[in-house]
Amino acid sequence: MDKGQRRKERIDRGIKVRTEGIYALSSLRELSYLSVPRLVLIIGLLALPLVMPSIYWQRVITITCIYALLALSFDFLAHFVGLVCLGGAFFVGTGGYLAAIANTTFGLPPWMTVPLAAVVGGSLCTVLLLPCLPLRGVYFAIVSLMYPLLLARVIEALDILGGTDGIMGIDSFANRWAEQYFLIGALLLLMFGVRRLVNTDLGLVLRGIKDNDQAIRASGMSVTFYKSIAVFIASVIGCLSGASLVHIYMWSGISQFALDFSILPIAATVIGGGGTLVGPVLGCLLLVPISELLRDFGTLRIVFYALIMVAFIIFRSEGIMVYGQRKYHQFERWTEV
Amino acid sequence: MSGKPILRVQEVSKAFGGIIALNKVSFDVHEGEILGIIGPNGSGKTTIVNCITGFIKKSSGSVEFRGKDITNKPPHKIADMGITRTFQIMRPYYSLPAYKNLVIPLFSPRAKRTGGWRGGGRLGDRNTVGIDILEEIGFERDSYVPYKTASTLPTGYLKRLEVARCLALRPEVIICDEIFSGLSMSEIASMVPLIERLQLDGITLIMIEHRLRELFRVSNRVMVLNFGEKLIEGNPQEVMADPKVREAYFGSQTVEEVMTHA
Ligand SMILES: Nc1ncnc2c1ncn2[C@@H]1O[C@H](COP(=O)(O)OP(=O)(O)OP(=O)(O)O)[C@@H](O)[C@H]1O
Ligand SMILES: [Mg+2]
Repeated sequence: MDKGQRRKERIDRGIKVRTEGIYALSSLRELSYLSVPRLVLIIGLLALPLVMPSIYWQRVITITCIYALLALSFDFLAHFVGLVCLGGAFFVGTGGYLAAIANTTFGLPPWMTVPLAAVVGGSLCTVLLLPCLPLRGVYFAIVSLMYPLLLARVIEALDILGGTDGIMGIDSFANRWAEQYFLIGALLLLMFGVRRLVNTDLGLVLRGIKDNDQAIRASGMSVTFYKSIAVFIASVIGCLSGASLVHIYMWSGISQFALDFSILPIAATVIGGGGTLVGPVLGCLLLVPISELLRDFGTLRIVFYALIMVAFIIFRSEGIMVYGQRKYHQFERWTEV
Repeated sequence: MSGKPILRVQEVSKAFGGIIALNKVSFDVHEGEILGIIGPNGSGKTTIVNCITGFIKKSSGSVEFRGKDITNKPPHKIADMGITRTFQIMRPYYSLPAYKNLVIPLFSPRAKRTGGWRGGGRLGDRNTVGIDILEEIGFERDSYVPYKTASTLPTGYLKRLEVARCLALRPEVIICDEIFSGLSMSEIASMVPLIERLQLDGITLIMIEHRLRELFRVSNRVMVLNFGEKLIEGNPQEVMADPKVREAYFGSQTVEEVMTHA
C-alpha cells in the first residue's frame, strides 16, 4: 500500500481508560497496571546502592541523583511553567557555598545545612532572578546562565569564600548509606511531589502561564507572582542538590558554577522526554553513567555525548518516557485514509 | 440610565510608532447597560479594550472605574477590581479540558473573595463550579463537551469559554471583543439571550462587534469609532440614521446591504 494513503492510528488501551475512572481499584490487574511502573521505578532506585556496592558506583549513583534533581527542576520550569532555565550551575553553586559556609563557619551538621541551604539558597536565587520574570522570551534563560559565570569570577577576583582554592574541610554525610539513601529518597520524594503539584489547581495556573499568560492576567492573577513561586520551587530543588554535592566532595569551589550543571540536565530531558518529570530522571540514569564510563576518553567524550544527543533528537525527539508511555497506554495500527 | 458612570474613559490616545490608533477618545459607560462599539477594521476597537484593561500603556488620557483612577494599573489589578475582557483572538488554555480552563480563573484572588459566578461569597469545589458556569453559558452539562480539550472545541464553544472565563471572576464589567465574529447566524441567535441574561444579572457590558444586526439588537447605546476617533454616540436608531456614520462605516453601501451582508 502506498504510504501516503495510510496513517498510523493510536487507540488507548481499554485498561487505560478504565483505570482513569472510579473502576481503578476493581481488579488486581487494573491495580497493577497503574502501580507496577511506579513500583519498578521506586524499587529500582532503592535497590541501586545494594546492586552496585563498589566505591566507584557509589559515587556515580549519588552524582546521578544530583543531576536528576537538576533535570527535574529544569523539566518543571520548562514544560509546566514555560520558563527555559539554564540556571543549574547557579543553583548548585549557591546551594553548595551556602551549605559549605553553614558547615565550616557555623558548625552545622549536613542534615541541617542541606535543608537550610536549599531554602535560603532558593530564596536568594529567586530574588536574583526576579527582575527578568516579567519579561518574555530568552531573557530569563540568558540571565540564569550569566549569574554562575558572574559569581565564579567575583569569588575568584575578590578572593572571598576561599577564592580559587574553595572551601575545604566540609563534613561528609554520616556514612555512604546515609549519603546514597538521602539523595535517592529526596529524588523520589521531590519527583512525586512535583508531579502531584502540577496536577493541583496551583499547578494548573502554572501550566496556564505556559499556555497563555495574557489569559492569566485577564483572570486577575499576577503572572510574575506565580512565576516566582515556580522559580522558588525549582531553585530549592537545585540548591538542595548543590548542598548535597559539597558534602559528598567535602569541598566547595568555583567548579560548582560549571556549565555542566546547566547543560547536562537539558540533555537528559531531551533524551528522557520533556514534560514527564520521570523522563529527565531516566535520562540522567543513562547519561551520567555513560559520561562517567567515557571519562577515560578525555575530551573525546564530549563527541560521544554530542552524537547521542543528536541521534536522539533526530530519531526519537519525543524522548524515552513519552515513547514508553505511548506504547504502554495505546496500541497502534495502520488504517487506510 | 442615569447616575454616575461605572466606567469613564477620558481623552484616551494611543500611538503605535507613527500610527495613531486612538485619538482622544472619551466616553462613559453606565451601570447595567450594554454599550456597543462599532467601527471599520483597524479603527481602534481592540486598542481601546487594551487601554481600558491595562494590557497596553496609554499614550495619554485617563480611565476611571467607579470614580477610582485605574489609568496606570496593571491588567491583573484591573481584572481583580471586576473589569474583565474577552480576547478577539481567543485565548483558551488549549491543552486543558474546557472545565479545567475555568479552574484557573476560579483560583484567582477575586474568585476566592467573591465565590465565583453565583457563588455568593463562598467558593465550592472549583471543578464543579467550573462545570456549572459552562452549563450556564451553553455547554450541555451531561454531554462530554465540558470535558473535551479546548484545542478540539469548535469556535462557538471557544467564544463561550472566553465569556465563561470572565464570569468565573464574578465580574462587574465584561468587555466582549467580537464574540460574534466567525459564528453562524444560528449560533449568534443562541448567544444573544445569554448576553441579555447577563445584563439582567446586573453585569455592565461593552460589546465590540462587526455584526451590526445583533449588536444593534442587544445594545442600549452605540458608539462608532473611525480612524481612532469617536464619530458619534447615541441610541441605535440615531446612530444608524446619522449621515456621517453611513459615510464612514458603510461606505457606498446602503444600510440594508450592510445588514444582510453582516
Ligand atoms: N501592537 C501594535 N503595534 C502596532 N500597531 C498596532 C498594534 N495594535 C494595533 N495596531 C494598529 O492600530 C490600529 C487599530 O488596531 P485595532 O486592533 O485596535 O483595530 P480594530 O478596530 O480592533 O480592528 P479589527 O476590526 O480588525 O479588530 C490598526 O491600524 C493597527 O494596525
Ligand atoms: Mg479588533
